[in-house]
Amino acid sequence: MGICFSRGLRDFVIVSALCAALLFVVTFAARAQEENPLAKDPNAAKLGEFEFRANCAFCHGLGARGGGRGPDLTRAQKKHGNSDAELFRTINEGVPGTAMPQNGATQQGVGMTEEEIWQVISYIRSVQVKTPTQPTGNAVRGKELFSGSAACATCHMIQGKGGRLGPDLTATGSARSIEYIVDSVRNPSRRLAQGISEAMKEFTQEYETVTVVDAGGQKFQGVVLNEDSFTLQMLDTREQLHLFEKDKVRSVEKSRESLMPKYDEKMLPEKDLQDIVAYLLSQGSSK
Amino acid sequence: MKRAIHFTVLLMACALLSCASRAQVTAQRLLDSAKEPQNWLTYSGDYAGHRFSALDQINTATAHALLPKWAYQTMAGGKFESTPIVVDGVLYGTGQDDRAFALDARTGRPIWQYQRALPADIRPCCGRVNRGVAILGDKVFLGTLDSHVIALDAKTGNIAWDVNAFDYKMGYSITLAPLAVKNLVIVGVSGGEYGIRGFIDAYDANTGERKWRFYTIPGPGEAGHESWEGDSWKIGGAPAWITGSYDAATNTTFWTTGNPSPSNRGEGRAGDNLYSNSLLALDVDTGELKWYFQFTKHDEHDYDATQVPVLLERDGKHLLIQANRNGFFYVLDRSNGKLISSSAYAKVTWSSSKDSEGRPAANKQSTPTPDGSPVCPGAAGATNWMSPTFDPQTGFFYVTAREQCDIFSTAAQPYHAGHAYYGSAYFPNDEMAPFWGALRAIDPVTGKIKWEWKHPSPTWSGVLSTAGGLVFTGDAEGNFIALDAATGKPLWHFQAGASVYSSPMAYAIDGKEYVAVAAGSALFTFGLP
Repeated sequence: MGICFSRGLRDFVIVSALCAALLFVVTFAARAQEENPLAKDPNAAKLGEFEFRANCAFCHGLGARGGGRGPDLTRAQKKHGNSDAELFRTINEGVPGTAMPQNGATQQGVGMTEEEIWQVISYIRSVQVKTPTQPTGNAVRGKELFSGSAACATCHMIQGKGGRLGPDLTATGSARSIEYIVDSVRNPSRRLAQGISEAMKEFTQEYETVTVVDAGGQKFQGVVLNEDSFTLQMLDTREQLHLFEKDKVRSVEKSRESLMPKYDEKMLPEKDLQDIVAYLLSQGSSK
Repeated sequence: MKRAIHFTVLLMACALLSCASRAQVTAQRLLDSAKEPQNWLTYSGDYAGHRFSALDQINTATAHALLPKWAYQTMAGGKFESTPIVVDGVLYGTGQDDRAFALDARTGRPIWQYQRALPADIRPCCGRVNRGVAILGDKVFLGTLDSHVIALDAKTGNIAWDVNAFDYKMGYSITLAPLAVKNLVIVGVSGGEYGIRGFIDAYDANTGERKWRFYTIPGPGEAGHESWEGDSWKIGGAPAWITGSYDAATNTTFWTTGNPSPSNRGEGRAGDNLYSNSLLALDVDTGELKWYFQFTKHDEHDYDATQVPVLLERDGKHLLIQANRNGFFYVLDRSNGKLISSSAYAKVTWSSSKDSEGRPAANKQSTPTPDGSPVCPGAAGATNWMSPTFDPQTGFFYVTAREQCDIFSTAAQPYHAGHAYYGSAYFPNDEMAPFWGALRAIDPVTGKIKWEWKHPSPTWSGVLSTAGGLVFTGDAEGNFIALDAATGKPLWHFQAGASVYSSPMAYAIDGKEYVAVAAGSALFTFGLP
């Protein structure tokens, strides 16, 4: 654009007109892409499945049913927008502040062309449930249970309210399948929840249980916030933060037995669980 | 007056001579790199792939006092996988997106910087990475993500020559540091995720003229061609990701190759798929194949053999050792390529038997299925491109091991030129969590693990050993660590603030030893107070 100002008004007008024309073309092209241009192509979904496997399945699982890392995409409701254009944007630009990377920025996959992204969207549409199953539970009652007798809120936060010992569950309803949530309540140690992730580290920290005996013999139990070979950052059961250097404490013992109690049917009847699931799902969408 | 003029001329001649001698790295100097331990002249520090420094000022008694001396920021995102070289006080390195730079190795201040103008549609598989330069004469050499080989003037960073190895739009790229031998610059191409046909190339260091090309997949009429089904050889992969080694006594250069394409689908490419996942012994002057050894036949788990081949002399035998991505540690007789031994150095489930030649053979149930089958090691392997080291003082071989298991699934995938061609998906097998890593000291004679240092998670850092009785490595949590080479006891560490995705090296200036490693976007250098 430096040229516009260095060659006088006439040039400026010409260049401006060209810029405006270009802008029109770009806008038109962008507008034309608000809907999947391959929506009617019968082969697009199949081609999209190859791309999905190579680029997306690492986090979103085979069949887009969600893995431990990424949301179940067979849900009709997508957290970051349902329209074709919104899906395209989510795939191409990623979701800042989440593990969803920009197109081409994953370590596993390779960048997709525009056409390939549309193919992936065709594939997602093909596996998306046509009539979303409504959760059978009662979300209002679930909310009461969550912060009341089921005591979930002692350790879990939703919309800024609750404890910090376990993961914040505000977005869980939109990010995880119902099966995953149910399993996490019934068998919390089977798959530990993921905590802090660092930009270049492959694996996020998990909510492991840790017991530390410091140099003075005092014992601390809680969850690991973060850890490396030489230090430990932990939250004890009273939510007090402790920062340890491992060579200055007597012992550090970690366990993959979650601090969360195993909510069996006796502790949490099936109906109550379904109500809590309904509550989590009702929190899921940002729209 | 006359005398004064003579003196000036003499002084100028000396200056010129000294200048020339500083910039000139002869092939003989590269061959005799052990004679100048203050310099780090090749990617692995020597032609044998040892990544060992004979410097000992930083040692088991002094390592605790190590301090950062300087950092050089590339200011680029992505993985910084480069190992720099150092020649007479100047450090030459590469960074993300095919940057190159020459720095004052004492201070980290730039002398020149180069940035390749990469096209927007390059096809890097696994990050916009570059692992380093080679030097010969007055030029430094790098390969690029758009598949060019470039010679830069070592004094200015100006392009001396630039040749296109192949069409990058077909999925070809170069990520490894070239190997300079005699008058040649040797490189190999990456692109096993795009259905390329891999090759190793040698270029005249002065002119850039290609002297030979060895296709890592034999063409029609060549031995080994029958190991591919139909036309699958044309898009069979077998790329090179890492710098080879060189044995001057036999005029042989050793190069390693990666997976057959598509990586996780064997259907459609029945056969052993030569020379994927292999070690190639090539005549330096002609590129002619002397022998090969295939570590993983008909691979379906992306078990690239692209780990630095380490040459070793033991009891009069000329050996080649490699800790392979497939989880086995191999000892070969490098005079003929015969296997001497193989033993697991990490958790392995893909193989529980050996073939008639003593090679670990794949279990049938490890073949990827549409719904996925669990296999160890995972897709990133028990190790990967990061360099191991051999320490002649302890006699141990040290390697970064990754204890991670994945679920491998497979699907038919049509080939489209220049498009990703995996035929697969894989993801961590959460049933096997947690995943972790280790630096392992291996006795190369017995294959036994002598000690290990556990990393909290799998890491991508290589390893350096030094005559100070130390090994240096990094971790995914951002620590750069010095350990006692004999025992594995940690002696010092530095938190670099980002995962280490590179292999460290050492050099000296003015009698002071430095250790350097890249982490995040910075090249860090450490020394004693």
